[in-house]
Order: sequence, then C-alpha cells, then structure tokens
Amino acid sequence: MSATALPAVATPGQRWRRRYGLAAFGGGVILAWVLAALAAPWIAPYPPDFVDVAARLRPPSAAHWLGTDTLGRDVLSRVVHGARVSLSVGFVVVLLGALFGTLVGAVAAYAGRWAEEAMMRLTDLVFCFPPIILAMAIAAALGIGTANTCIAMLVVWWPKFARLARSLVLAQRNLEYVEAARSIGFPPSHILLRQILPNALGPLIVLVTLDLGNAILVFAGLSFLGLGTIPPTAEWGAMVGEGRQLVQQWWVATFPGLAILTVVMGFNFVGDGLRDWLDPHARTR
Amino acid sequence: MLRYVAARLLTAAFMVLLATLAVFLIANSVPGDPVLSQLGDLAASNPATVAEYRQKWGLDLPIWDRYWIFLRGLLQGDLGSSIVSRRPVLADIRDYAPATIELASVAFLLSLLVGLPLGILAAVRRDSWIDNLARLVSLVGVSAPTFWLAFIMLAVFYGWLDWAPGPGQLDPVSFPPDRVTGLLLVDSLLAGDWETFQDAAAHLVLPSIVLASATLGLITRTTRAAMLEALSQDYVRVARAKGLRRRAIVLGHAAPNAMLPVVTLGGLAYANLLSGAVLTETVFSWPGLGRYTYQSAVALDFPAIMGITMIVAVVFVAVNILVDLSYALLDPRVVKG
Repeated sequence: MSATALPAVATPGQRWRRRYGLAAFGGGVILAWVLAALAAPWIAPYPPDFVDVAARLRPPSAAHWLGTDTLGRDVLSRVVHGARVSLSVGFVVVLLGALFGTLVGAVAAYAGRWAEEAMMRLTDLVFCFPPIILAMAIAAALGIGTANTCIAMLVVWWPKFARLARSLVLAQRNLEYVEAARSIGFPPSHILLRQILPNALGPLIVLVTLDLGNAILVFAGLSFLGLGTIPPTAEWGAMVGEGRQLVQQWWVATFPGLAILTVVMGFNFVGDGLRDWLDPHARTR
Repeated sequence: MLRYVAARLLTAAFMVLLATLAVFLIANSVPGDPVLSQLGDLAASNPATVAEYRQKWGLDLPIWDRYWIFLRGLLQGDLGSSIVSRRPVLADIRDYAPATIELASVAFLLSLLVGLPLGILAAVRRDSWIDNLARLVSLVGVSAPTFWLAFIMLAVFYGWLDWAPGPGQLDPVSFPPDRVTGLLLVDSLLAGDWETFQDAAAHLVLPSIVLASATLGLITRTTRAAMLEALSQDYVRVARAKGLRRRAIVLGHAAPNAMLPVVTLGGLAYANLLSGAVLTETVFSWPGLGRYTYQSAVALDFPAIMGITMIVAVVFVAVNILVDLSYALLDPRVVKG
C-alpha cells in the first residue's frame, strides 16, 4: 500500500514468469506424470505386482529406489503404474461429469420455465449431500471396483457444472449475437451448442482443470478406505492405505502420497494460471 | 425479511423431503445385498435363516411400503435400527456425534485463527513473502490428501519425535469422564478432572491440524481475495486521505466489509469438516461419525447409512439457511434483490 520504494520495472519475461511461472511448472509436473503413466511398463524397474517376499519392507536403496512394501513389491514401480489409474479416473469422472452437468445446466437455462425449475431443483438435491459420504454409500452399495467407484463419483460430480453452465448461459442468452442467430432462424440446439457454449467455455475449462485434482483426491480417498480399486491393483490411495500402519517403514505410504500431492498441486497451479489468463482483471485487482 | 425467511424455510423443508426419497431409493435400488454381507456365506446358504432375517428387518415388504415406514419413523425421530450394532441408528449417532463435533469445532477454530489473519496480511502486503507463504500454505492444504497428511503427522510427531500422543481420543489407561455432553473437553472440566482434560486436548492436536488443513487453505484464499477487493474501494481511499492509521483502516473499515464471502464459505466449510472427518477419523481411530459412516458403508448397513446421510443432509441444509440468513443480516440488499 505504501509506495516508499518504486518497484523495479519488470521485463516482459519477468512479468510472464511471475504471472504464469507456477502454472507452467504445474503443467510440467502433469506432463511428466502423464508421460510416466503412458510409459509405465517400460520405465518401471519391476512389474507392479511382482512379489518378492524375501525382499519385503526394504528401505530405499539402489535396487529399489523407493523401497519395497509388505509383499516385497517395488514401491517405485507401483507408484509409476498407479499414475495410470489415478489420471484416467480423474479425466473420466471430470470430463463425463462436466459434459453431463454442462448439458443439464445449459439446457435448463435456455429452456427456462418448468424445465429449468425441475432441473435446478434436482441439482440442489444432489448438493444437499456431502460428496464423500454419498459417494461412499453408493460405492459400497454397487460393490467395490474402479468402474463402480467412478459411477458413484459421477452421481455426485455433475451438479457444480450444471450450476456454472446455467449461470453462464443465462448471462449470454439475451446478448445481441444470440438474438441475431435466432432471427436468422437457427434451431435452439444450434444456438445453444454452436453459438452460446463456445462463448461460455472459459470458466468451464478453469473449473475442469481445478476439478481434476479434486477428483483424483476423492478417488484416492475412497481407495484408501478400500472402496476404490480391487487389490492388488497399484493405486496411490490404496497404497497409502496398505502402508498406514507402517510408521517405521515410512516409505511404503509416503511416496504414493507424495505422488497424489504433486499431481493435485499441478492441476491447481494450472487452473489458477488459466483463471488469471482468462480474467486478467482478477490478477491486477 | 419475514417473507424471505419463510420462503427459505419452505424450500428447505421441501429439499429435505426430496432428500429422504433420494436416500431411500439409493439404499434400496442397489445390487449389494445386506443379507449376504451380514450373515456370511454359510448362514446365507440356509433359506430359512435368510427368510427370517429378511422378515425381521422388513426387507421382504414392497419398496413403497418400506419408504412409508421409513418416513413415518423419521417424523417420530426413528431412523430404524442398525443391522450391525442392533441398536437404534439415532442412539448410535448420538453416541458418535460428540467426538466428531469436538474435533470439527477445534479444527474450524484453528483454521479461522490462522486463516483470517494470514489472508488479511497477505492482502495488505501483497506480493511480499507473507503473501507467497499464504499461497503456499493454502495450495498445499488444498492439494494434500487428508489421509496421507494424517499418516505423515502420526509418523513424525508420534512415531519419530514422540511429541504427540498416538491415535484415539484418550490414552488407553485413562478413564473417560462421566458423560454429560459427550464432548470430552467439556465433560472432563465439568468433572474437575484436569489430567483427563489435558490428555484429551493433547489427543486433539494432530487430528485437528490435519482436518483443518484443507479448510485453512480455502479460508485464507477467500479472505485474501475479499480483502483485496475491499482495500481498493473508495471508502478506503477516503479513510486514508483523512489520515487514519493503517491498522484502523484495515481492521475497522476493510475487514468487516470483506467478511461476507468468508461467512458463506465458513459455513459450508464447517459442514464439510463434519463429513471430511471420515478419512481423518479412520486414520486416528477417532470414535466419531466419520468412522461410523465408513464402517456402516463397508458392512452395507443400510439403515445406518441412510440415517447418517439423512442427518448430514439436514445439517447441510440447515447450515445453508443460516448462511443465507446471516448474509441477509450482513448485507440488507440481499433481501431486496
């Protein structure tokens, strides 16, 4: 607030780095994880389910960079393979949830009247329930397994997109370009999908990015509780769960947790950067 | 104002009714079979045992009859009986709730005590080291998996440094105080048992820090954003032109106006703490609602799951109303708009 010292004039490069440095770093972290997930079978030193009881609970060493777990499985190999599960579940849940939620919200806003009322009350209804508890109940009821857990998460995932999409479409609905499209005689589906949605896409993309980290966290949490993947699938949350009693053998639970932390932070950094980029006003305020 | 309150209450009542239907349908339309999960394979292979079990828990009635029974029971405060504990669900919840309320309240207080000053300082000294620290704290807090953070805290401060007590609410050797409120801190003070109070407080430190981490991040970020907005307003410039001291401007003028979004978020965050306790409680063997929920979900104990989900949904709706009403009090324009 006080202007005792004039700030040094930043070069464009410095300014860019200060503004988007974190986002670029986060993007790099995500890219690294995606590559690791894709190349997992080739870069992991051991198969993820390779059991070597003689080498159980070994601390990190040259043979096992991140140590071994209770069954002598290589933690590094399991962490690398775990990226496949976590990333794909994150993308599937968030993209499907965003698709469905956006459709519901956009159609509700554009249709108006009772259709809007009904759809938004349904959205409110899902919002009444805390996501983890509802997802837990559904996942437990459907039976344990990656696909079922994804379904359970989808049930609680779409409403936030419905709300956002509705408010975005409402803001656009009466603008001149929509009126123009209507007067040309485009059908409502064309106006909604080809005219309005592209103009409302920015905030949706930000929410998707921030939400990817969130979805990975929730899925890992459910897995940690034993409601996600079926053992022996290498999954980060389940790995922390398997190692949580092993305080002396800290490496079993610590490294998969670090993997979750870095991926989620990566998505948060990128989401933050995207928000600044789409709304420069938010940054200078 | 009265009309506004009445309208909000009516909507809320309708939402709760819809929620009962939703909970009921979810619990009933899923393929998982509570009989199998409860009786075990051996007993479940005997048709007589299965039939007896189904009849005892009303599992053989048509679905709408069961919804009607469920709803009628709800009105009388009867949430049914847990299949696992064989006790009324409400009694179970009453037993487990205080531990969660105590934990969530301490965690909430903690995140307010740290998050509000941190957010205000970050806004006042924007782009300084404290702003960066605030950003780091909130990003790590939001990004770290709760269950993992809980493990790390236990491993470091209990297993390695031995500064904090282990999991649980009390040391295994100490006796819990007479139950009055169910909140150990309160009950031990009422009983004048200073040692138990200290023990209970010490056991609260780690789990409440873990539970507070995510909320802390949200509160810090929201406070910072709202403060930045408030500090750029004309009345702040006027106050500065008048020569008011900086402390008076920040705390007296800007902060009260920045509290609106923080109140909204705070209310929701508290409700979220109650449910976020599931993971924290599991790691810390905390005898609260979170662990009860988890155990019921794994055992497919539908009456218990429905009961908890119902209660939490009601709390959520109630908190939302309180937030709306406090909004209306803080900013009279809300009612008119």
